[in-house]
Amino acid sequence: MATTATAPQKKIVGGNFLIEETNPRDVFTPEDFNEQHQLIEQTAEEFSQQEILPNADRIEHKDFAFSRELLKKAADLGLTSVDIPEEYGGAEMDKVSSAIIADHIAKQGSFAVTFSAHVGIGTLPIVWFGTDAQKKKYLPLLASGEWVGAYALSESSSGSDAMNARAKAVLSPDGKHYVLNGEKMWITNAGFADLFVIFAKVDGEKFTAFLVERTFPGFSVGAEEHKLGIRGSSTCPLILNDCQVPVENVLGEIGKGATIAFNILNVGRFKLGAAAVGGARTCLANSIKWAKERKAFGKPIADFGMVREMLADIAIGIYAGESLVYRTVGMMDAATADIEKGSPDESKLIRKAIEEYAVECSIIKVWASEMFDKVVDNQVQIYGGYGFVEEYPAERAYRDSRVNRIFEGTNEINRLIITGWLLKRAMSGQLPLLPAIKKLMDEVMAGPSFAEEDERKLATQRKALENAKKIGLMVSGAASQKYMQQIADHQEVMGAIADIVIEVYAMDSVLARTLKLIESQGEAASATAVAITDVYFSEATSRVEAAAKKILADVAEGDMLRTQMTILRRLTKAEPVNVIAAREKVAARVLDAGKYAF
Amino acid sequence: MKILVCMKQVPQKDAPLKLNESATWVREDVGYEINEPDAYALEAALQLKEKNGGEVVAISAGPARAQTVLREALAKGADRAIHLEDDKFVTLDAFNIARAMAAAIKDEAFDLVLTGLQSDDYGYAQTGVLLAELLGWAHATIIMQVEAKDGGIRVKRELESGYFQHVEMPLPAVLTIQSGIGKLRYATLIGIKQAKNKPLRKVSYDEVAASLRPNQLTIEKLYVPKKTKQTEVIQGTPSEVAKKLVAKLRDELRVI
Ligand SMILES: Cc1cc2nc3c(=O)[nH]c(=O)nc-3n(C[C@H](O)[C@H](O)[C@H](O)COP(=O)(O)OP(=O)(O)OC[C@H]3O[C@@H](n4cnc5c(N)ncnc54)[C@H](O)[C@@H]3O)c2cc1C
Ligand SMILES: Cc1cc2nc3c(=O)[nH]c(=O)nc-3n(C[C@H](O)[C@H](O)[C@H](O)COP(=O)(O)OP(=O)(O)OC[C@H]3O[C@@H](n4cnc5c(N)ncnc54)[C@H](O)[C@@H]3O)c2cc1C
Repeated sequence: MATTATAPQKKIVGGNFLIEETNPRDVFTPEDFNEQHQLIEQTAEEFSQQEILPNADRIEHKDFAFSRELLKKAADLGLTSVDIPEEYGGAEMDKVSSAIIADHIAKQGSFAVTFSAHVGIGTLPIVWFGTDAQKKKYLPLLASGEWVGAYALSESSSGSDAMNARAKAVLSPDGKHYVLNGEKMWITNAGFADLFVIFAKVDGEKFTAFLVERTFPGFSVGAEEHKLGIRGSSTCPLILNDCQVPVENVLGEIGKGATIAFNILNVGRFKLGAAAVGGARTCLANSIKWAKERKAFGKPIADFGMVREMLADIAIGIYAGESLVYRTVGMMDAATADIEKGSPDESKLIRKAIEEYAVECSIIKVWASEMFDKVVDNQVQIYGGYGFVEEYPAERAYRDSRVNRIFEGTNEINRLIITGWLLKRAMSGQLPLLPAIKKLMDEVMAGPSFAEEDERKLATQRKALENAKKIGLMVSGAASQKYMQQIADHQEVMGAIADIVIEVYAMDSVLARTLKLIESQGEAASATAVAITDVYFSEATSRVEAAAKKILADVAEGDMLRTQMTILRRLTKAEPVNVIAAREKVAARVLDAGKYAF
Repeated sequence: MKILVCMKQVPQKDAPLKLNESATWVREDVGYEINEPDAYALEAALQLKEKNGGEVVAISAGPARAQTVLREALAKGADRAIHLEDDKFVTLDAFNIARAMAAAIKDEAFDLVLTGLQSDDYGYAQTGVLLAELLGWAHATIIMQVEAKDGGIRVKRELESGYFQHVEMPLPAVLTIQSGIGKLRYATLIGIKQAKNKPLRKVSYDEVAASLRPNQLTIEKLYVPKKTKQTEVIQGTPSEVAKKLVAKLRDELRVI
């Protein structure tokens, strides 16, 4: 891997990928990891291999004392505190480092969730919104792993609809405490956490976050849930029965709890993506090993084309996932590079910069959780009958993966966020979506152009991507024209637009990474990456086309529909790619390496 | 105690190795890592420093990529590093590497030099011993434990068949350290951050060239051993078969 590469500096506007052609040089990729990143990767990877994986069964049997011990060990290495400023006992490093850790810690589903709830939703609210006194009091305890953090937003009657919480807070007559009443549901780490960020409505109206210690009077934790997966993580309800919270433990401002909740989710989402990539890498290594060892019809099953296809698909998922995740955190680092360390508004500025990429974070969340579910499914299939029984790793991974589509905002909610965010930015003019749509329409009306042939590398893929962006603009324009302000009521259309936007960002990230790779290492050394890109593009363009048809058939009819379909056909016209040969190349490479490689 | 640790970058243990075009070494496009016994040498040095104070310096000879090994050593706690940086160092035999290192440290006064017992790639097990000879110092090999004692050191050597030898030695000395003698530490994030600002001295090939001699060892050809499988069915009555089998095991295969 290149160690001399310098990270991109350019500050990118969130959502920009949909409108402009991306310059690969502005895109951060795993090949751009510097020496520090590589060392962090090594520490996290070794820690997982040596401390987590050999103890997977202990973790799975809910030995929470052990999970706490593991968290403490990770904390001793600094793995729990990359996002915490040095002055509060943290290791304070960039978001690329943060994603590398989330990625390489995720070798065992349960512990990955325990870990990420602690370092992410359990700790970050204090980093970003805490007063100096709150930070001094709690961050060193959380950074060192002496205390474990948790985050309680959901309630039994409000998960997606979290702002509709019923938990209530009332100021005590002496003005010293808020008295909290209500319940919370599905709280990760609740069984053993020491500090909870709890959301409740002051006077039943003002949505507010509180820092609640486990020992505060009136606070209690209910029984463990019996879950489909991540069974070694703790998930319990909380009961707040006249729970006494000192006024100095209000986090942020009264009534501004929503800002906290939404901002924290952005980080949770890109880290979930990183963890899904890490989980997929483990699945690939296991699947390769199994496919080489398992014999059927007198051969290792790794010799069979359909098994090789599955292996290739897992590898392609990892490559694309890495491209998405590291590009996004790279943008965050570029955007926060000028923020002065230790300045009073440092945390606020970092939070704001990350918020700029809210739509990218939602894309990663949806894309990576769905990729991971396909990966664990393929893994079970490769293991055959052994994939269905508990003694082998495929079964657990299959169950553990599923929750990723539910928490950190369900994938439906995130799809709504993606489309809603883009349309809102378009309306406000922050993202020049409307001019782009107009330009496209003018171009289409002018009829086919005979532009000069693009002689750059991967010209076909560049064209396919450019067209996918146009399709995204076209259908967004058509749908907003038809439904105007009521578009939010047409969720299926919102969802399908999101599907296109998600694919565009994934294709854009994959292509940028591969082009950068060709530039730095030459075409021969990038052959597998090109094969991956070929397969990904072939599949993604079909998905984009299907989503576009679905939308157009709903928002247009008659001549209008026919015209739009003509345009769509023009934009999707392409020679078929030999995905069989391309997948074979990918499979051969990973089987040869014995692990993820390209 | 001022300790030098020699660290080599070698192809990763699980890397699928392919021969280069001239079949004299493996292709460069593999992943690399710290030679395992060297990682234990570093660990031993860091523990000595923790107990007795002093300084730990890591040294490596190799191309630009070998710097990764030194950064890792710095991240784990070494105070500074020396990089003999040139692609040509890869082509030197153990004697010349020892000469190059001796030349690179001629102005320093180390008390102890630790190397790994051998390298995971060439496996010569020579560099440390030759370096001791060049420096004119005492040396001991296959070391499992080192402790400071009365101005010198006391070491535990691994012998064969589970026997150990305890030796007291004067300083300065060179020790070659055995793999797997304890638990290796992880590089902490704070260590990784600090490593960036620790001194790393570069030594060019030209600076040490005068000390080098023609290689005494060259690799003519490498090949991957062909796996062959032959099955021979021994015929006869049970006692004849047993006799033939014993003869084969004793005379042909020499396993009994
Ligand atoms: C293992 C686990 C750990 C968890 N950890 C935590 C934690 O630490 N802290 C915490 O606060 N919460 C936690 N949660 C809760 C989690 O965030 C919620 O389960 C999640 O937000 C979904 O809410 P819900 O379960 O109420 O589902 P609902 O909101 O009831 O959703 C049910 C279905 O309806 C869909 N839906 C809902 N609203 C809409 C809409 N407007 N449009 C379209 N579709 C919609 C959803 O997508 C979903 O498919 C955890 C959950 C699990 C399973
Ligand atoms: C819950 C359960 C109940 C079962 N009940 C019964 C039962 O009652 N009676 C019974 O006899 N068996 C039973 N089985 C066994 C079941 O039929 C086998 O698991 C199944 O046939 C797959 O065989 P395998 O597990 O050996 O997988 P393998 O044959 O090892 O297959 C592993 C992977 O390799 C692929 N593969 C294998 N050969 C080829 C090839 N030539 N070309 C391409 N791909 C190939 C497979 O499709 C699979 O993806 C049961 C299994 C389970 C899990």
